Amino acid sequence: MAQWWAGVSETFARCFINEGRYKLLISGIGVTIKVSLLAIVLGMVIGFLIALCNLSKKKPLKIIGKVYTDVIRGTPSVTQLMIIYFVVFATINWAKWIIAAIAFGINSGAYVSEIIRAGILSIDRGQTEAGRSLGLTAKQTMMYIVIPQAVKNIFPAMGNEFITLIKETAIVGYVGLMDIQKAGDFIKSATYEAFMPLVGTAIIYFVLIKLLTIALTKYEAYLRKSEKR
Amino acid sequence: MGKESILEIKNIRKSFKDHEVLKNVSLNVDRGEVVSIIGPSGSGKSTILRCATLLERMDGGTLKYKGDIAASDESGTMVYADRNELKRIRRCFGLVFQSFNLFPHYTVLKNIVEPVVLSGQCDADEAKERAMGLLERLGLEEKAEAYPGKLSGGQKQRVSIARALAMKPEILFFDEPTSALDPELTGEVLKVIKSLAAEHMTMVIVTHEMKFAREVSDRVIFLENGEIHSQGTSEELFASDNERLNAFIGKLEQR
Repeated sequence: MAQWWAGVSETFARCFINEGRYKLLISGIGVTIKVSLLAIVLGMVIGFLIALCNLSKKKPLKIIGKVYTDVIRGTPSVTQLMIIYFVVFATINWAKWIIAAIAFGINSGAYVSEIIRAGILSIDRGQTEAGRSLGLTAKQTMMYIVIPQAVKNIFPAMGNEFITLIKETAIVGYVGLMDIQKAGDFIKSATYEAFMPLVGTAIIYFVLIKLLTIALTKYEAYLRKSEKR
Repeated sequence: MGKESILEIKNIRKSFKDHEVLKNVSLNVDRGEVVSIIGPSGSGKSTILRCATLLERMDGGTLKYKGDIAASDESGTMVYADRNELKRIRRCFGLVFQSFNLFPHYTVLKNIVEPVVLSGQCDADEAKERAMGLLERLGLEEKAEAYPGKLSGGQKQRVSIARALAMKPEILFFDEPTSALDPELTGEVLKVIKSLAAEHMTMVIVTHEMKFAREVSDRVIFLENGEIHSQGTSEELFASDNERLNAFIGKLEQR
């Protein structure tokens, strides 16, 4: 037993302590969070615009929205990331993590747009009609009547999208960023240990997402409080 | 003379796909007049209101408010006025829905104040004062800070009437205002409408409440299959010996 324990702690030290390897993971967490946060913000902005395109009555906008969603949903995110990084931004000298975040934002936007579109459509038509018949413009009706209500309906699906997005960023290693996944992988290669670095990586992702889930649940409860239907 | 036309509907037509819901319906409403529209389900009653309030595009006909053209097919094709003109015309009328359509994310007070302020009629303080006055009048001042979800159906409908009145419309449309209410709650809403009639508010009311229509209306229109079957003062219409009309009225009064 004591011998087994000594073995385990020796492996642990080799994987996470020696040569300051834990620092790799910590900076990896930083990279993952940075990329995810910026991507979430970009994804929401893009998603909102695309949703408006999809809901618009104008043909060209509708086509833009449709093509965007189709192309993004129809291709793997790794491929998109690599195209953005090695083709679109090939000659532009921006920080790697920003380029990666843009790629994930563009990807997420397609999914977010569908969530927003469904959320807006979930609001009873009577709400729009009431707004219009009370002298509000179409834009005002959207901004003050429909969207505030849609936000509450959208929230759970949006939370799911954030979670998916964080996990998706585990492919940024493909463009040479050292995120959590890549750090775990690096330790695995350096130590010839597979179990601890990979399970460690999984635990870190799990804790991050668990924390996010708790925050989202709290915020959703707060949003629901004002809804007394 | 002396009569001022508020609403003028001429020969409006409306189809949904192949189904012709309105066939050449005309309706004029003068200031201070209360007109009820009765008729069986699917006769096109609500569609008239929805066309008149610009929620539904008509296929043909003319729609005028106080002489101003909102839509017309006199040129051969259906033409609606431009956006600014329509915005101005929308201020002429208010609409009370069967399903209230209160804004669930706003308090009762904000439901009334927000549209007044957003449409630029007056500032928030004045709108609030106006709203409180209306709530008081309708016996709802205690509910000002409540959310619609906490109200009974009758209260909701009274709030939605207050909300429409706050815009100071020249004409108020009611689309089956009591149809979504429990029978014991219809009274409070009908009372409000009657008090408005007593003040000579111009109103067009689509309703299934025959007794109410008879009492409150200057004119009653019986609509069937998208056409005006008959119309007249409530005395004339309810005393009519027309078989179809009597069958309809009789059927509802027996309920």
